[in-house]
Amino acid sequence: MSDQQKEEHWLVRPDTIRLLWKVFIAILALTVLAQLVIGVKGYFGVDGWFGFGAAFGFLSCLIMVVVAKGLGFVLKRDEDYYREQTCDD
Amino acid sequence: MIELIPPAYILIAAAILIGLTRGYLRTAIVLGAPLLTLVAIWLIPDGVVTTFSFLGYQIEPLEGSPLRRLFATIFALMAFGGGLYAFRQAHWYELAAAYAYAAGAVGVSFAGDLITFFVYWEFMALFSTIVVWCGGTSSARAAGIRYAIMHLLGGIILKVGILGVVISTGSVDVRPMLATDFSTWMILIGLLINAAAPPVSAWLSDAYPEASPTGSVFLSAFTTKTAVLALIMLFPGEPILIGVGLYMVVYGIIYALLENDARRILAYSIINQVGFMVCAVGIGTQMALNGAAAHAFAHIIYKALLFMSAGAVIYRTGKGKCTELGGLFRTMPLTAACGIIGALAISGFPLTSGFTTKTMISQAAADQSLVTVYFLLAAASAGVFLHAGIKFPWFVFFQRDSGLRPKDAPWNMSAAMVLFSLLCLLIGIFPQLLYNFLPYPVEYQAYKAGKVLFYLQLLLFSGLAFFLLLPLMRRTLTISLDTDWLWRVVLNRVADAGYEALATTGSIMETGVSKALAGFHEITGRYFRPKQKEDREQQGIFAQTWSIGATALWIAVLLTGYMLVYFI
Repeated sequence: MSDQQKEEHWLVRPDTIRLLWKVFIAILALTVLAQLVIGVKGYFGVDGWFGFGAAFGFLSCLIMVVVAKGLGFVLKRDEDYYREQTCDD
Repeated sequence: MIELIPPAYILIAAAILIGLTRGYLRTAIVLGAPLLTLVAIWLIPDGVVTTFSFLGYQIEPLEGSPLRRLFATIFALMAFGGGLYAFRQAHWYELAAAYAYAAGAVGVSFAGDLITFFVYWEFMALFSTIVVWCGGTSSARAAGIRYAIMHLLGGIILKVGILGVVISTGSVDVRPMLATDFSTWMILIGLLINAAAPPVSAWLSDAYPEASPTGSVFLSAFTTKTAVLALIMLFPGEPILIGVGLYMVVYGIIYALLENDARRILAYSIINQVGFMVCAVGIGTQMALNGAAAHAFAHIIYKALLFMSAGAVIYRTGKGKCTELGGLFRTMPLTAACGIIGALAISGFPLTSGFTTKTMISQAAADQSLVTVYFLLAAASAGVFLHAGIKFPWFVFFQRDSGLRPKDAPWNMSAAMVLFSLLCLLIGIFPQLLYNFLPYPVEYQAYKAGKVLFYLQLLLFSGLAFFLLLPLMRRTLTISLDTDWLWRVVLNRVADAGYEALATTGSIMETGVSKALAGFHEITGRYFRPKQKEDREQQGIFAQTWSIGATALWIAVLLTGYMLVYFI
């Protein structure tokens, strides 16, 4: 372990972050596989499918981030936008 | 008799006394008054307690019901938590205004007639504006004025509606109605403005982040949730609310994703969460109304907790933007831990209060076979985890190392955060504690293995999406345009153009007038101007000095003329 790594907080060391990713992926896999044992009783059929919650959660977030990004091109302005709009006259 | 003390009066008295006292006595009032209020709230029995006649109308300033007590309880608890969080840091006038604001919310909760309701409603608008102004900066003053204009406008619309309903029905009772005619629509619009519904949602994200770190904790709790209570009492089952609520849910997520200011992210997520409640009121079944009430209760706690955590960071660092913050978990571990608990609760993670209350709303949608609503709410739950559950703690406490090493929050702020964190977990682990106090009997099981698994999948894969999509979410030093652009820029431009047109007309008229004046001057000058030439010979005919003889002659001529005219 280099000196620089020692100075860093243990939580932000690259080794820890790699480990956290591994644990996270293991938990993700577990929540999906658990559905083999624990039945998810969907209200509308489709939401009881295997891994539906996972796919639905991931895809809705993907869509929301992409839509937000797209809207950002139209809606984002510099922080001082309103000050400039009202003061330069 | 003690049960006749309206709970709101206790908080109003506290607000006055806060200004008059100092030191330990003031602390005792700040912390004691909300507890006394709680006692007074729980002494109020069901039904109308006090009544008197005013202008021929039956005024019922105190009417008890489980729903009203539930909301009043959380408002009083919030005043206590906010008071504990703020009493050593906030100015006395901010505390006093915040307590008066809380008194308004408690007053609305027990208002049995529309007149009392309206008075407390405006009371809240007034004192919340003062809390915004207590931010102390020039942008806080400007935002406070915009906030006040919006709420006074909403108040007028509400007043028009109330008058219409009173005239057409002859009764001032607070009772369920549907938006079927002009008056009821006006009431609905007036209430929705306070709920930060479209198209005027922008007032909330504009004003709340401009308040002081302590002020925004109070602001996050009362106005929107009183509006939710009013909607439950006045418009349960109004179908239009489902659409309005869903719009708010999506709007809050999208704008929060674009936002850079930590408190503004939280402000947008208030709109998102209130959207869940408004949607539930629109569904209108007992399960849905229970869900709306329970979710409002839980929401006030975790949202205040999130604002407390953001406030502690701003108090210690003076910075509130994601681009300036990061890595604060090193020196502010308690604030970070409490912030994370609040973030998990707002996301509806199992074992937190959000899970046991928000899923009631989803259940209500499923019971009514509202497929689209159910799936949109599920997608929104994922989105909440994305924009508030991870984004807020990640950018403030982790992300990169900003180099900031502030001390952790002061002890009273920490105590308030720990208290509210415990409440989030308590309602999450023992939901029955809250279910017992809901307006309708609860036959709902929050924890079923299948449901927990579904939400764990939903939320954890949203987490995965967040970290995979991080490059798309790089924070920029920007704000996002909203409908308030229409009045902050377009209306400003129209006003400027109006001024310009007036100025042009004015200058044209001025030129005309000055030309006419010059001409007149020229003519009169010929007779009166005492302009002297170099040889002192005087110019105007009437400006010359005349001899006394000539003057006497002219007077004689004038008198003769006068007499002739008089006698003829």
